[in-house]
Amino acid sequence: MELNCKHVWAHISEYIDGTVDAKLREEIERHLESCGICSAILDSTRNVLVLMADERTFELPLGYSERLHERLENELNAAAPG
Amino acid sequence: MKRPDEMRVGRTIEDGILSMLTGRTNEKELIERILGGEKELFHELIRPYERMVYLSCFSILKNATEAEDAAQEAVISAYRHLGSFRGDAKFSTWLVTIAMNQGRMRLRKAKGVMLESIDEVVEGQEGEYTPAPLTDWREIPLEALERKELREALRTAVSELPDIYRQVFALRDLQDMDIQETATALGLSAGVVKVRLHRARIMLQKRLVGYAKTTAPARRGFFRRLLWS
Repeated sequence: MELNCKHVWAHISEYIDGTVDAKLREEIERHLESCGICSAILDSTRNVLVLMADERTFELPLGYSERLHERLENELNAAAPG
Repeated sequence: MKRPDEMRVGRTIEDGILSMLTGRTNEKELIERILGGEKELFHELIRPYERMVYLSCFSILKNATEAEDAAQEAVISAYRHLGSFRGDAKFSTWLVTIAMNQGRMRLRKAKGVMLESIDEVVEGQEGEYTPAPLTDWREIPLEALERKELREALRTAVSELPDIYRQVFALRDLQDMDIQETATALGLSAGVVKVRLHRARIMLQKRLVGYAKTTAPARRGFFRRLLWS
C-alpha cells in the first residue's frame, strides 16, 4: 500500500519509539525518502524530544535535593516506615 | 541500527536490561533492610528518583515551589507506606503514582474545588493533532539549551499542553518511563497512553516549529544523522 502524508503523521510517534511493525516501518521509510515535508516533521518532532529530555530544560530548583533529604531525615528520626 | 529511544539514553539494550535487573535486586534488598530497621537507607533508595518525583509533581502543578513541596510530601508518604509496596510494579512506578496523587491533592486544595476526573476531560478536535508542515526545518542543537529563552520556550510549550497530555508526556518523554509504566502510574490503558503521547508530541512540534525556524542555525539533517548513525 502506498502511504500518504496523513498516514505517516498518524504513526509518527510510534515510529520514533520504534514500535511500528516491520512492514509499516518499511513503508514509512519509503515515503520519507521522497517526502521532504514528512522528513522535516519527523526531524523536528525528534529534535523537540531530544531538547525536552535534556536536564537543562527542566532544571530542579537550587537546593532541592538537600532540602528533600533534610525533611526526610526529620521524618526518619520521628517514625519507623509503615 | 539502534532504536531512537535507546540512542537517547545512550545505552544498549543489554546494558539497560542488566542495570534494570541489578537495580531491582538492589532495591528489593534495600527495601527489606529499611523495613527491617535500617531506615537511614531510605535516603539511598529514593536518591535516583528525586528528579522523577519532582517532575511528576511539576507536570500537575506547573509551579516550582508547589512541586517541590508536593515532592517532599510524596517522599515522606512513600516512606510511611513502604510496607505496603508489594513489588508487583517497579518501585519507581509506585513512587511516581504517589507523587502524581500528591500533586493532584495539592491542586485540588489550591483550587478549592474537586477536579474533574482526568478521563472526563474532552480530548479536543483531531485538527489540533496535525503536525506543522514545513520544508526548511532547522535543527536546534543541544548547545542552544544554554540560551535561557530556548529553555523557557520549551517549558512554556509543555505547560500549555492540556493536563491529560502533559502528564503522559512528562512521564514518558521527560522521565523516560516506558508506555506500560506510564500507563500503570496514571491508571490508564497502554492504548490511551500511546494516543495521548502522540498528540502531545505533535502539539509540541507544532508550537515549537516557529521558534526553530526563526532562531536556529541551518544545520539540516544534524539530528537525524545523530540519531540514526
